Amino acid sequence: MTAAPQARPGGESGALALEGITRRFGDFTAVDNVSFQVGPGELLALVGASGSGKTTTLRIAAGYETPDSGRVTLGGADLTRVPPERRGFGMVFQHYALFPHMSVENNVAFGLEARGVNKVDRLIKARAALANVGLEGAGDRPIQSLSGGEQQRVALARALVIEPKALLLDEPLSNLDPNLRETMRDDLRRMLRRVGVPALFVTHDQEDAFAIADRIALLKRGRVLQCGTPEELYHSPASREVAGFIGRGVVVPAIDKGATAEVTIGGVKRELPVTRAKDAPPKIENAFVVMRPNSIEMSKGAGVFPWRGKVVNRRFAGGVEVYRVELGEGITVDVESQTADVHEGDNVSVAPLKRAFPLVAG
Amino acid sequence: MKSSSRRNSWIIAGPVIALLVWAVIYPNAAVVAGSFENGLGHWREFWASPADHEALITSLVISVASVFASLAIGVPLAFLLGRFEFPGRRLLRAVATLPAALPPLVGVIAFLFLYGESGLVTRAIQRAFGMSEAPWQLRGVGAIVFVHAYTMYVYVFLFVSAGLERFDSSLDEAASGLGANTWQRLRRVTIPLLMPAVAGSALLVFMNALGSFSAPYVFGGGLRVLSTQILNSKTNGAMGLAYVETTVLALSAVAGLALFRWLDRKRKYTLASKGGRARRAIRSRKVQVLTTVGAAIIVIALVLPHLMVILVSFARDGSWTTQVLPPEYTFENYRRLFSEAELWRPITNSVSMALIATGANLVVCFLAAYLIVFRKFGGRRFLELLVALPWAIPATAIALGLAATFNRNDPLTGRVLLVGTFWILPLAYFIRDTPLVSSAVESSLRQMDASLEDAARGLGASWLMTMRRVIIPAARPGLVAGGLLAAVAAVGEFVASVVLYTHANRPISMEILAQLRALAFGTAAAYSVLLILLVLLMTLAARSFEERLA
Repeated sequence: MTAAPQARPGGESGALALEGITRRFGDFTAVDNVSFQVGPGELLALVGASGSGKTTTLRIAAGYETPDSGRVTLGGADLTRVPPERRGFGMVFQHYALFPHMSVENNVAFGLEARGVNKVDRLIKARAALANVGLEGAGDRPIQSLSGGEQQRVALARALVIEPKALLLDEPLSNLDPNLRETMRDDLRRMLRRVGVPALFVTHDQEDAFAIADRIALLKRGRVLQCGTPEELYHSPASREVAGFIGRGVVVPAIDKGATAEVTIGGVKRELPVTRAKDAPPKIENAFVVMRPNSIEMSKGAGVFPWRGKVVNRRFAGGVEVYRVELGEGITVDVESQTADVHEGDNVSVAPLKRAFPLVAG
Repeated sequence: MKSSSRRNSWIIAGPVIALLVWAVIYPNAAVVAGSFENGLGHWREFWASPADHEALITSLVISVASVFASLAIGVPLAFLLGRFEFPGRRLLRAVATLPAALPPLVGVIAFLFLYGESGLVTRAIQRAFGMSEAPWQLRGVGAIVFVHAYTMYVYVFLFVSAGLERFDSSLDEAASGLGANTWQRLRRVTIPLLMPAVAGSALLVFMNALGSFSAPYVFGGGLRVLSTQILNSKTNGAMGLAYVETTVLALSAVAGLALFRWLDRKRKYTLASKGGRARRAIRSRKVQVLTTVGAAIIVIALVLPHLMVILVSFARDGSWTTQVLPPEYTFENYRRLFSEAELWRPITNSVSMALIATGANLVVCFLAAYLIVFRKFGGRRFLELLVALPWAIPATAIALGLAATFNRNDPLTGRVLLVGTFWILPLAYFIRDTPLVSSAVESSLRQMDASLEDAARGLGASWLMTMRRVIIPAARPGLVAGGLLAAVAAVGEFVASVVLYTHANRPISMEILAQLRALAFGTAAAYSVLLILLVLLMTLAARSFEERLA
């Protein structure tokens, strides 16, 4: 393999930071006082449903949008008003935005051409960059002849060959079919890691974010709900909303007792060990515990476990069955179970497993 | 099943193809054959004639210059209106396509009234600066290209505007993210991606300018071009030479077409239509003022020809001599048009001939489009060529072909005497408008799911019922749009008419020319206004028809 043309890990670029970014479109506030920082070599995922402001945030980082207030900095230097062509960032667009009238290698060489690199050098570098993404020898092909996965790699090579000071990716995996998606996750993480610059990517898919990102910023209605490692968001969600989005948890009312919380369902009280977010208050009023399908066990019949319920739905999720159990008082939980002899309409009983449950404010 | 559907195809395709071969191929073949009627004699005559050399070169020069002039106006205007927001933008957008609404001869006489030796603008400048002579003469290549640019830039403007609208703005963003500045983006991304639109419109301008007749005829001032040269030879009875000139003109057009196809050969991509980016407001106050003033000047220049024709239509014939504006105004011109039978005649002629031609176009082109889109049979490619061919042949050449072929009754060779009768002009209009109507209907039918026809037949509908309830409704937008364009083109047609008309079936355009020659400017302008109103009326009728059905 030829020497990688990208910047060395820990290269010249510093951390990419967004500080108090707000962007309004008319009456609509797309991005509302968003702040976060991405260090060199770090992968941060902006996660959220559509309309959460994640793409606008990315476009502000790239320079395609100017924030109404707030700053974008790289290594401390203010870039807020610097146009995209002078930021030196690499961007991968959702639909790749490959130039349809150019060959693969001319697409990749375009950024070098814009920088006045001579033709021989830029073609050598473009070919090396294509080899880096596993597309050696594809340089002459027209863009139209590439598959979706190949187009994605070309877009990545085009962003990497300019030795970007930061990498920005807009839904880089959303156009790939599920099988390809799995393998591209690993490839993408490996390649981004090797470049050693801050990398920011947008996705609506939390599994993509878990598989690739070092940290995740969860956005809703233009605000950052929580920013932390995937484990933090999963095990110590900062709010009910985070718990509902990450890991598909169901929240059940509880009374905060410090290291534990008291949960009462159908008159049966249980005390559960809990974890809480780093900056959560020592005592949460109006508290809820988060119950995920893999933190509850279930048995057929009413008498085995403390909480009684009825199965309203059952689906096979590859290796396990997931049962939806109505516990009364408006509480319905999902339970993962290996047992297969329970059917819709059966009476069951459930119990929390012996583990810590996330505790959040309502 | 398969063979029966194939046989069915031929039941419709047979007559359609036969009719088009008879009307399109046969006359043109007759012209080519006629050019060789005494061996290479007529061709030697052509090569030896300095006048014909001049005509060929001038035709090509005018065509190429018209392309560049139209690009120079159309491309910047499309960018200005497509990419920027400024006061007056909507007004400018509304009038930008106005020149296309002028029938060809009307545009030419409007320019005569405005910029001719005794035109309004010319006289006004002459007076303002106290010159003893007109500051310019509306003559020669320059004048012809000037008129062409005014009427034909609309093609470029429309094509490039559509291209800009379909332009995927993320490509532009990707380029700027990779470090390309405004100029680099324009040169490497925007312009290459707009090239198909530019090339397509340039081809249209080239073909139109090459076949153009009215501007060279009125402004030529002794200048020779191929199309006028053909009429000269025919008038002088030198039919052999006219055949050669016609063949050369048609070959030039086909060569131009082939050249453009070849230049565009490498393109395999299409622009994804993801919606262009929003228009940018012009920030700098100075640029904004300049843009608005510029827009105002363009708006006036675009509207002026229409206004001028309307004004002159109220001028008393013979009263406008050396004044800047016509001195006397009257309703007399209009009153005479409606009251004198001889003056009313061209109007009924044009309307009835346009209706006949358009009716025939609708029937034949619908069947042809249906066969091309839905049927697989041996003659499909040939049929496609037949309906497109008249587009590549200049109207003067088509007209001369008809004159050469349908000049006697001879059932054995398929000749019918039409020259000198009423029917020759509707036939010419029908041929000229066939490509237009066919492609409009084709594009409507292509949007229809081909399995709908099978579904209807599967539900037990007869072929006729399937046509009536499924296919014709799907083709309707194309039929209405194509029919409108054909009727508009036919009612103001000049180029083929000037070769083929007789006094009895003279259309409006020929009467305008006759009035102009008699220096009856007011009457000529009144006919022009009437023609514009007819076009407007047909457009409104087509629109309301479409709305009522939709």
